[in-house]
Amino acid sequence: MSHRLSLGQAFIFLLRRDLLLALRNRAEYAMPLLFFVLVITMFPLALGALPELLARIAPGIIWVAALLAAMLSLDSIFRSDFDDGSLEQILLSAHPVAILVLAKVSAHWLVTGLPLLIVAPLLAEMLGMTAAAQPTLLLTILIGTPILSLIGAIGVALTVGLRKGGIILSLLVLPLYVPVLIFASSAIDNAAMGFDVSAQIYMLLAFLLLSVSLSPWATAAALRMSAG
Amino acid sequence: MSTSTLLETRDLGCIRNDRQLFERLNFALKAGEMLVVEGPNGCGKTSLLRILTGLRLADGGEILWRGEAIDRLAGDYYEQVNYVGHHDGSKHELSCLENLRLARAMGVPSELDLDDVLEQVNLYAYGESEVGSLSAGQKRRLALARLLATDSLLWILDEPFTSLDKASMEMFSILFEQHLQREGVIVITSHHDISLPTMAVQRLDLGKPS
Repeated sequence: MSHRLSLGQAFIFLLRRDLLLALRNRAEYAMPLLFFVLVITMFPLALGALPELLARIAPGIIWVAALLAAMLSLDSIFRSDFDDGSLEQILLSAHPVAILVLAKVSAHWLVTGLPLLIVAPLLAEMLGMTAAAQPTLLLTILIGTPILSLIGAIGVALTVGLRKGGIILSLLVLPLYVPVLIFASSAIDNAAMGFDVSAQIYMLLAFLLLSVSLSPWATAAALRMSAG
Repeated sequence: MSTSTLLETRDLGCIRNDRQLFERLNFALKAGEMLVVEGPNGCGKTSLLRILTGLRLADGGEILWRGEAIDRLAGDYYEQVNYVGHHDGSKHELSCLENLRLARAMGVPSELDLDDVLEQVNLYAYGESEVGSLSAGQKRRLALARLLATDSLLWILDEPFTSLDKASMEMFSILFEQHLQREGVIVITSHHDISLPTMAVQRLDLGKPS
């Protein structure tokens, strides 16, 4: 008699499947990254040659752009699965749906969050951010973007069954993104001025732990509602 | 042959858009039995099937699997269920084999080799082809191939014969027959005539007031 895969194997399998799908739909998944880069590139052009001003507002610009780029990519977590019926198959899996959701969100972060981390140093340099602030910038992106994917997944799960869920999605999710934005940009500001940033980083880590432990379950429950 | 009841409903009800589609629905299926759900469009066939899978919550009543409520069994029930709905549930960007492998990872893999599964549904030559490039009938056959790729007792099939040609319909009827002989259970809706020689076919007409 054959047996179902272990939970870990199923997790890896779904993660790989989503990465493979992203690879085959490269253009769609490159959009948020392109948006992130373009928005940030526009600021120096629009504000003119004011290096001090740019350096001062750089943390805010980068984080707002990261937030909007994340918003832009959210729908792709569950949309195509909902449309073609694979979501039903995932919900009917013998494995706990929350863990499978975590696999999908991890894949989403690897495809949309991680690239931001890779281009961020370049953009920070372009905006004239001080070298002292840059490690903190990367650290906040590393901790912050998974939170965006995790919280966003709840919103998408709630709205994926609606025909025009886009506006509701942003209204649902953006307020929950605000704490991340506040603590992340404040951390970078403090780092630029040479102050200690551990308080903000610990807060972000706390948000991350909270969302990793709660979001998959909330998302799974919301998906059941949307699919039902 | 065991005659224990596998799937049973008690006073099942469903309300959709403020309309009572059905209420106090009771049936029991033993191993090797098939339930054909009939009725005109919009009478709640798909809703009933989705309630049986657990995708949709019933508006009253309960569903028992081997005597236990399915919401309490959760994963232990789902590993027994194979559902093919209106949507094929295949990823168009992936190949047939990749889709079947995923189906196996999500459920309980059967002992059949995936090549044999594809052979049985006449898709052997398309194993590496992207699903998006297949015809509607071929996509349907791939969705139904999940039934063979995974091991489950309860097959819930919503209009499985949509876009299938006559030969494929006959082929799947034989597979259904074999599943019943292996003491499986099938719940099916279909506007096509299902010509099964089996004795154990129950019919449920949702169109008629009971």
